[in-house]
Amino acid sequence: MGKTIAEKILSNHSGKDAHAGDIVIADLDFMIGQDGTSGVAIDSFRKMSAKKVADPSKIAIIIDHSSPSPNQGVSAIHKKIREFAAEQKIKLYDIGCGVCHQITPEQGHCVPGDLVIGADSHTCTYGAINVFSTGIGSTDLAAGMISGKLWFKVPETLKVVYKGKLPKGIYSKDLILNLIGKIGADGATYMALEIDGDAINEMSVDARFTISNMAIECGAKCGIMKADKKVMDWVAKHSKRKPGPIEADKDAKYKQVIEIDAAKLEPQIAKPHTVDNTCGVSEVVGTPIQQGFIGTCTNGRLEDFQIAANILKGKKVADGCRLIIAPASKDIMLDMIKDGAYQTLVEAGAVAVTPGCGPCVGTHNGVPSDGENVISTANRNFKGRMGNPNSFIYLASPATVAASVIEGKIADPRKYL
Amino acid sequence: MIQKGKARTFPNHPNDINTDYIISGRYKFKIQDPNELATHVMEDLDPNFFKRVEKGDFIVAGNNFGCGSSREQAPMAIKYANISAVIANSFARIFYRNCFNLGLPAIEADTSGIEEGDELELDMDAGILKNKTKNKEIKIAPVPKTMQTLLADGGLVEHFKKHDGFKV
Ligand code: SF4
Repeated sequence: MGKTIAEKILSNHSGKDAHAGDIVIADLDFMIGQDGTSGVAIDSFRKMSAKKVADPSKIAIIIDHSSPSPNQGVSAIHKKIREFAAEQKIKLYDIGCGVCHQITPEQGHCVPGDLVIGADSHTCTYGAINVFSTGIGSTDLAAGMISGKLWFKVPETLKVVYKGKLPKGIYSKDLILNLIGKIGADGATYMALEIDGDAINEMSVDARFTISNMAIECGAKCGIMKADKKVMDWVAKHSKRKPGPIEADKDAKYKQVIEIDAAKLEPQIAKPHTVDNTCGVSEVVGTPIQQGFIGTCTNGRLEDFQIAANILKGKKVADGCRLIIAPASKDIMLDMIKDGAYQTLVEAGAVAVTPGCGPCVGTHNGVPSDGENVISTANRNFKGRMGNPNSFIYLASPATVAASVIEGKIADPRKYL
Repeated sequence: MIQKGKARTFPNHPNDINTDYIISGRYKFKIQDPNELATHVMEDLDPNFFKRVEKGDFIVAGNNFGCGSSREQAPMAIKYANISAVIANSFARIFYRNCFNLGLPAIEADTSGIEEGDELELDMDAGILKNKTKNKEIKIAPVPKTMQTLLADGGLVEHFKKHDGFKV
């Protein structure tokens, strides 16, 4: 029987002929933790009476969620992480390096065909470069660090095919918001997504990361794509490791195949307080906005800021509205400076914060006030997500956020293109 | 073993209770003591939740409980609030895994008829959840073998210590 990409990668890493539903113990190629989860992972590691990690070269810890530290409690966690990394000779990306899900592929830690875990739910991001990567909790990370392995239930796969060409003003973010709205926040629970189609082939690798990043928002275990030439070139530029790209068999068995015509979409918005509460932008045009945010592991890449800069060039963020930007990594920030996007955005009124998660998870860098509306390029709009349960978060593409902060209300980006 | 306690429900928000609601990012990043974390459990959905829980109570919810982030602080806060198990129609996968890793049962069952304060009895061996208040028996979904092993060992930490690695 033919196999999906997920079944093949889990077979390769467990030495078993693995099919959906099987439980396998598999060898990990890489694993990551971040500052919100590594503290607990270190506690579990110690409780397991472990002395040494199995292979320090396969682990990285990234301080990105509350970085630099906003308070004493976080400082204590950061200190504990730094000491553990030094003790175990683990690669540490300290404050300002960037978001874990940008760092891991960008610094070459994963390549096509790999099996990767991360103590962060958006670890599924690397699916865009043909990696089976999935989020796990802190104790699973501790077990992975100690043994180099983890157990997995081999998932069924839901295949999503995007036909047609992306219209002007429609981006990868709009595709994934639309899909989550269609199938719901638990539409792919325990399944792998395999994402393909002409609209994907046309996209840059950076744009593809946005889609894989949000696979978890419909409950999926991973959001994996094939390794085409664009992926192989991207990986060759970022990693010295040898890729082992995996294709699905022609007769692979899918739980379901969904076809979506990309050419027919309009810009998408996820309304408060769930990611699957989506609509076309026209339904909410005119909603007042007090804060815009462009950044995160979903949409904090060079191309995202270029799109925003093109819209904001020579314009200003509206009075009564703020715009915060956070490059997903230091390298991206440097590229933005070279490219001019950084200057354009700051001139338009944007406030640039440290490369990292920025205000995404509500610990610092722009907590909204009661009753305020935020439009953000992040992946979650849960109540309280940005630190205040009495504020409202709308999710959109960088273009829609840029257009909206010009007007101080939700706007259709297509009129600015 | 039979566990007894009251149902603690979220009638205004039964489905898609995410990990941000279970324990907000504002706390998980700065509080390391699980007992202190527990005092903030479910706070954004119900500011009095921690106060109304009695030892052994069950959280009872609808679909997709625990969706969102991978934070293990979510099941940890529930466990340290003295909740004995979470019972829901369905769970998000990372949360589900984290529960068993911490030795907290996550039980799939049809929770539609259960109301706040109902007296429940959970018998995992028999696969039965009794609602004493409503005088009803509900069949629970079988707990996968891997999860049973982890629970029996008292969570993944103890499992690892006992077997010196995975034995699932
Ligand atoms: S940017 Fe936001 S979603 Fe991404 S890893 Fe950081 S906190 Fe999580």
